Amino acid sequence: MAKVLMKGNEAFGEGAIRAGCRFYFGYPITPQSELAHFLAKRMPEVGGTFLQAESELASINMVFGAAGAGARVMTSSSGPGISLMQEGISFIACAELPCVIVNIMRGGPGLGNIAPVQSDYFQATRGGGHGDYRLIVLAPSSVQEIIDLVWEAFVLAEKYLNPILMLGDGLLGQMMEPVELDEEKEFFIPLRPWAASGRMGGPKRIINTLYIVPEEAEKHNFKLNQKYKEIEVKEQRWENYQTKDAQLVLVAFGTAARVCKGVVDYCREQGLPVGLIRPITLWPFPDKAFDYILSLGTVRYFLSVEMSTGQMIEDIRLAVDGRRPVHFYGRFGGMLPVLTDVVKEVKKLLLKEEP
Amino acid sequence: MFEQVLLAGFGGQGILSAGQLLAYAGILEGKYVTWVPSYGAEMRGGTANCGVTISNRSISSPIVSDPEALMVMNRPSLEKFEQNVVTNGLIVVNSSLINCKVERKDVQVMYIPANKLAEELGNNKVAVNIALGALIFLTQIVSLEAVMESLGKVLPPHHQKLIAINQRALKTGAQYFDHLAKEKAG
Repeated sequence: MAKVLMKGNEAFGEGAIRAGCRFYFGYPITPQSELAHFLAKRMPEVGGTFLQAESELASINMVFGAAGAGARVMTSSSGPGISLMQEGISFIACAELPCVIVNIMRGGPGLGNIAPVQSDYFQATRGGGHGDYRLIVLAPSSVQEIIDLVWEAFVLAEKYLNPILMLGDGLLGQMMEPVELDEEKEFFIPLRPWAASGRMGGPKRIINTLYIVPEEAEKHNFKLNQKYKEIEVKEQRWENYQTKDAQLVLVAFGTAARVCKGVVDYCREQGLPVGLIRPITLWPFPDKAFDYILSLGTVRYFLSVEMSTGQMIEDIRLAVDGRRPVHFYGRFGGMLPVLTDVVKEVKKLLLKEEP
Repeated sequence: MFEQVLLAGFGGQGILSAGQLLAYAGILEGKYVTWVPSYGAEMRGGTANCGVTISNRSISSPIVSDPEALMVMNRPSLEKFEQNVVTNGLIVVNSSLINCKVERKDVQVMYIPANKLAEELGNNKVAVNIALGALIFLTQIVSLEAVMESLGKVLPPHHQKLIAINQRALKTGAQYFDHLAKEKAG
């Protein structure tokens, strides 16, 4: 199959169609609007429903309704819109319904700008809304990986009956890269005995987000927590790049990880033993990647490279658990880390050079 | 060897599509490619630009902040990006719409009256591809044949009839500096 040139935002849409998503509800916001543009055209071609809601609140509650009725459903937005959706996301997580939410982050806080940032990491990985819940968070770093991970997202959503958040930035959403579109795989929609789509003579199907009796709420929280524990064990995903003999391991996801791959290549050409861990799931955070690298014994430092003032570094520190120092380099507000600047940080640590 | 180019002009000139032509040509030649537009408020009715990277290696950052070659279709774009071009880089200037000279002395500058040449072909709208043809001739970043072939992928279905004139435009641009050199030599 020939490669086609596709925008990241469009790839989320095409990936969703191929994964059997037939309902999309959303509200426009840059830098993710092409996703909605694309699906407005593409959804009707496959007999699906595209609806531009009157707000993000309406969008997420339409997602809630559609998911409850058994649909494979998606929404997307950017930072401020995702903030507005948090109440609904918490309800969906409580009700244990599957759906996929895409956040193409924008520079914040506040209304911010549309330049690439990663500053919604905390919001994404800590649940985001009220209550004790988690979302599985996937962070692609190329347009091809978007297509591949969207499929994965719907599989995970239905396996665990949990909302999935896909986290990208404006650059990933806007850039075009070649993607290999395979023959469309047949998608499978598992039975939905929980869906409020008619009892068909069976027992009542109830989707509940209210546990007013503390004993019952504790039981529900316990059940959710068991699920999250299972996900933490089974679903960590990451990519190791040149980590085997690395003395300094960079940690970065999404667009920052692309820059860091360039840094690793550049450093290796200069004989500097540098590697990269690229988390693909941000929650569950890939602790195992760190245990493995630490077991090799060569690593002396970790350096977290983020497009924020330092959010993922907290998870890295939890994973490393004091076994090695974890340093930080960040650009924020929509500025990208530049290869030569990261190399300077690397040399500062490895060669104790002052720039 | 050229890997990173920046194309700039005003909205409607076909800058973003021209960048996609380069990117598709890169795919046809088995290269890694990325295409990044300027997006957001400045794009609507204002300047439009896109950065294209074509490389034998996987591309880390797709941002083209210091282009090796710059193609500018209007004056604000030249003023905005002139200083960003790397030393010994190349600037292709659409002299039909840019009535000033490039100030920098450490880059190669080539002037081509793209709109005038397009009008001679009978369609002012293909000016961008005349400049693109020249850029390709001067940088060899991709082959002209691959760009010609890419037209079918980038032009939407209702514009496929314009493939022929765009191919003529690319050729005209590619031959322009070749002819100039020959005229001088002759």
